[in-house]
Amino acid sequence: MKRVVVPVVLLVVLAFVPKLAIDIPLVFDGALNTPGTLQLLALCLVFGGLAMTYDLLFGFTGLLSFGHALYFAVGVYVVAIAITKWHWGFWVAIAFTALIGLLLPVVLGAVSLRVGGIAFAMVTLAFAQAGSILVLKNPRGWTGGEEGLGVDYTALPAGLVGIFNTKNLYWIALVYAGCVFAIVRWAVASSPGHVWQAIRENELRVEVLGLRPYAYKLMSFVLASFLATAGGVVYVLLLGGATPEVTTANFTLTLLVMVVIGGTGTRWGALLGGVLYTWADQRLGDASSSHFVSSLPPVLSTPLQQPLFVLGVLFILVVFFVPGGLVRIGRVRRPRTLQRLQEAMQQ
Amino acid sequence: MSTFVLLTITGLGLGALYFLIASGLSLIYGLMGVLNFAHGAFLTVGAYAMWFTESKLNGVAVLPRFLLGSLVALVVGALFAALVELVLIRPLYRRHIEQVLVTVGLGLATTALVVSIWGNDARSVPAPTWLGETTTVLGAHIPNDRWLLIAAALVVLGGLEAFLRRTRYGLIIRAGVENRAMVTALGIDVRRAFTLVFAIGGVAAALAGVLSNVYFSTVDPARGTSLLIFAFIVVVIGGLGSLRGTAAAAIVVGLVQQYANYYASTGLGDLSVVLLLGLVLLARPRGLSGSFA
Repeated sequence: MKRVVVPVVLLVVLAFVPKLAIDIPLVFDGALNTPGTLQLLALCLVFGGLAMTYDLLFGFTGLLSFGHALYFAVGVYVVAIAITKWHWGFWVAIAFTALIGLLLPVVLGAVSLRVGGIAFAMVTLAFAQAGSILVLKNPRGWTGGEEGLGVDYTALPAGLVGIFNTKNLYWIALVYAGCVFAIVRWAVASSPGHVWQAIRENELRVEVLGLRPYAYKLMSFVLASFLATAGGVVYVLLLGGATPEVTTANFTLTLLVMVVIGGTGTRWGALLGGVLYTWADQRLGDASSSHFVSSLPPVLSTPLQQPLFVLGVLFILVVFFVPGGLVRIGRVRRPRTLQRLQEAMQQ
Repeated sequence: MSTFVLLTITGLGLGALYFLIASGLSLIYGLMGVLNFAHGAFLTVGAYAMWFTESKLNGVAVLPRFLLGSLVALVVGALFAALVELVLIRPLYRRHIEQVLVTVGLGLATTALVVSIWGNDARSVPAPTWLGETTTVLGAHIPNDRWLLIAAALVVLGGLEAFLRRTRYGLIIRAGVENRAMVTALGIDVRRAFTLVFAIGGVAAALAGVLSNVYFSTVDPARGTSLLIFAFIVVVIGGLGSLRGTAAAAIVVGLVQQYANYYASTGLGDLSVVLLLGLVLLARPRGLSGSFA
């Protein structure tokens, strides 16, 4: 019962955020219902959802992909190009993006899943890098190269344009995060979901049991990639444009950081990690110009101006001291002796 | 013909740069099973150490400045890498995923730290004028820094081969790559070799940093990451843990990139390299050579 109630209550509370004129000092700059805060919250939700899709691969199926950014970027760029450069209608562009978002991972997943482990990580990295190079190369002037591509807002539905409609975009982001949460929960609890987790634990054993890991891994890969593409669509609507940063290998690495900080293969870990990371990334940038930070000696204030430095250090600390991620803080640890015994037996 | 010669030499120079980064990556992976995402940071640290030393020696003649800067870069690279192994990698012994994650965090944090101190902009690095001039070979005007790149890579390759084949530590490293459990069982503390391998990788990466400063005549914080991706590709194509395989793959990647960029179209070189990686991995999942040097 609790498993359903908690997410539903959270969803309802979050749905009313644009109606609340509450000021939370330090956490947000303005009141909750101001467009700036809503935009930040929406961004947090999009990345929370995206982190969950990455966790589906890494945390639940044990597939370490370095190319997840590619599928997010497909959502971002295909919508932007179809609307702005090809002058397609909004819904046609969305449908076309969904089609690409389904076909591309089927093809690329079928190819890259032929290898496993580090080789899989590298093949996915290579495909994503190819996408990144393609975007920077700016074929026919479609992608806008390094400068990115602004979406032609006159072609968008009126409810998605303008600063007063930020609340609508926030609700879309909330629906996205909620849907991803529900789909991931449902998929992980389904019978293929059990096979995914078995593959993560011991692929050989799954094979010996007479199941084909390849088909199950492909299923997980396509689902995660498709949901990431959907996230890309929400992201491009939210920001009103595409930038090449979302195609880079570093972007996939930040997803990995989010998932590990939150806790891999758990109910709330990836969502929490994605939301916290995005919030910290944005707010640390603002905080660096604040009075408090600039009053510190330069040895401290200089590194603090770079959110990625703070987050990178935080990430290392989490790996060292909270190996299971933030959601596992406070859980009972297994007795040390038992761990030692197990390690000794593995040697 | 002259264009072809120029492309070939430049491709070899670029391959030399990739080899310097990839050799350390390959040794570290071969011995410890860690894919080191902080290797680009080693390069960045070396490159900035060189630039910083040179900028502090204002007024000194260019050549001693350049040499001293390079020396400082190599020492800093070795110390930084060894420190990373001792402080961050060693406590996570046997936990490979965590080790990789730590190197990811370190790579991101180091780059961000460099940006916060010296900014995102590229800074010019002074080098002896001879390196900026050209030598004419078969009618092609080859910039002299290409020779320096190739020579440095050959020296490192030769030095590493000699070290691995002729010294006691080299023997331990080679044995460790082949079967680490057996080496430990024979009573040899293989962990000391880990620090050594990291230090060697750090020196080679710092040298790559110095040479990339010469090649691009500037230093900037993003270069470590972008070169690291190609170094990964080289390591995987060459077969993880194989030094000669890495060298061969570095040459292939450098040449393919140059030829495709010129004869097809700009940017296609990078694309063909990643496609090459895909093809090699799908045809031979263990890379071109599965064995160690």
